[in-house]
Amino acid sequence: MAKKILTTPIKAEDLEDIKIGDIIYLNGHIVTCRDVAHRRLIEGGRELPVNIDGGAIFHAGPIVRPIAGEEDKFEMVSVGPTTSMRMEQFEKEFIKETGVRLIVGKGGMGAGTMEGCKEYKAIHCVFPAGCAVVAAVTVEEIESADWRDLGMPETLWNCRVKEFGPLIVSIDTHGGNLFEENKIKFNEKKDAAIEEICKHVSFIK
Amino acid sequence: MNKEQSVARMTDVMAKFVAYTGKVLPDDVYAKLEELRNNEKSDLAITIYDTMFENQKLAKELSRPCCQDTGVLQFFVKCGVNFPLIGELEALLKEAVIEATIKAPLRHNSVETFDEYNTGKNVGKGTPTVFWEIVPDCDTCEIDTYMAGGGCTLPGKAMVLMPGAGYEGVTKFVLDIMTTYGLNACPPLLVGVGVATSVETAALLSKKALMRPLGQHNPNERAAAMEKLLKDGINSIGLGPQGMSGEFSVMGVHIENTARHPSTIGVAVNVGCWSHRKGHIIFDKDMKYTITSHKEVTL
Repeated sequence: MAKKILTTPIKAEDLEDIKIGDIIYLNGHIVTCRDVAHRRLIEGGRELPVNIDGGAIFHAGPIVRPIAGEEDKFEMVSVGPTTSMRMEQFEKEFIKETGVRLIVGKGGMGAGTMEGCKEYKAIHCVFPAGCAVVAAVTVEEIESADWRDLGMPETLWNCRVKEFGPLIVSIDTHGGNLFEENKIKFNEKKDAAIEEICKHVSFIK
Repeated sequence: MNKEQSVARMTDVMAKFVAYTGKVLPDDVYAKLEELRNNEKSDLAITIYDTMFENQKLAKELSRPCCQDTGVLQFFVKCGVNFPLIGELEALLKEAVIEATIKAPLRHNSVETFDEYNTGKNVGKGTPTVFWEIVPDCDTCEIDTYMAGGGCTLPGKAMVLMPGAGYEGVTKFVLDIMTTYGLNACPPLLVGVGVATSVETAALLSKKALMRPLGQHNPNERAAAMEKLLKDGINSIGLGPQGMSGEFSVMGVHIENTARHPSTIGVAVNVGCWSHRKGHIIFDKDMKYTITSHKEVTL
């Protein structure tokens, strides 16, 4: 099967056929954006210094290093996703405010993001976490870096990427949420596991 | 070697070793991941594992940190009272982290609390954290290094159960964490469980449990049996790599225990992610070192 590749700017109709569990890749731009950036936009009412309408954000705090001999240019050394759930309280509003279409992170997100993805047409994907070098080598160039006062992990690093992935779709535009569906199965199995283990651990008698 | 030279030598070795452990996983972890990958069945799980192995290959080739979250450094030190640098150790470990941060490079992961600013050096008040054990009649120094990443630190939890809750209560405590926070902490996980009296005793044990080499069991027969029961039980949930479902959830479950107050059971859980970046190094009194966690290492 051919690789499914999205290219920024992403249109709502590009996402229509994408379902949870699909594996996709990205060409174009993705901006690292995490805790404090979300807080500044939603709570602080500050405008994001980079336009991500139709774009992509990456819940990630990378390691970058200056490129020797070049003025204010940086190389992506290692970049992987961080826990997306930390951004849950802001994400629906964030999608509405920015027009972002693709959110990449780690682990699932909750009901708010699901609603946001459905209403404003966006998807959440998981990049295999801990695979930071695989991700970094797809970054062709860091084109800009904003809100540097936040330090290396929280700066908005605007990356031009080629075939960034694999991205596993965890929330689609149709109300699907892979992690929420899995959670129901996991919880059933967990209850059965607890019952089984408890048969063997009555050490206090 | 005079003292100054010894300090310089140990600092240099530790800086290089810390940097190395951020790039190459220890032998036991790598072997376990291979074993788990070979027993997965779904395309999704296998695709994720293959990306993981590709990542480790690239990290080694390009000499880059394999995960961008190189954690807050923690050192578990077993230091002989006659080790020549016992008094210099804490300061030199801090210096080693600063050096590794520049050379590796490592991410700046020390935010001063209350003042809420990133120190930009990866060290701060109380970081790196050094946990001491002093060994009598001994002149060597054994160090477990650990990069505590944010994702796998987040599930950490400790509480004190009433004895009526029993080991059944311990079981429920551990399993509940697996399907809530554990899911997002980059499975397959290494699960450390501490069983003791209070939150801090249990918590420290649960982290020390993560330093134990994979495949070793608690010497107490019942505790070892419970390790296996928990391992099989958590695996049966089928978290899979990245918590996206699969045949396995964990690399192992390690329990560390002490005696407890008759009225309490302190229990704690700490988890290590699949990218479990620990290292083990031993220095003798002449600063000659032996690394047991990574066989092929050249510093």
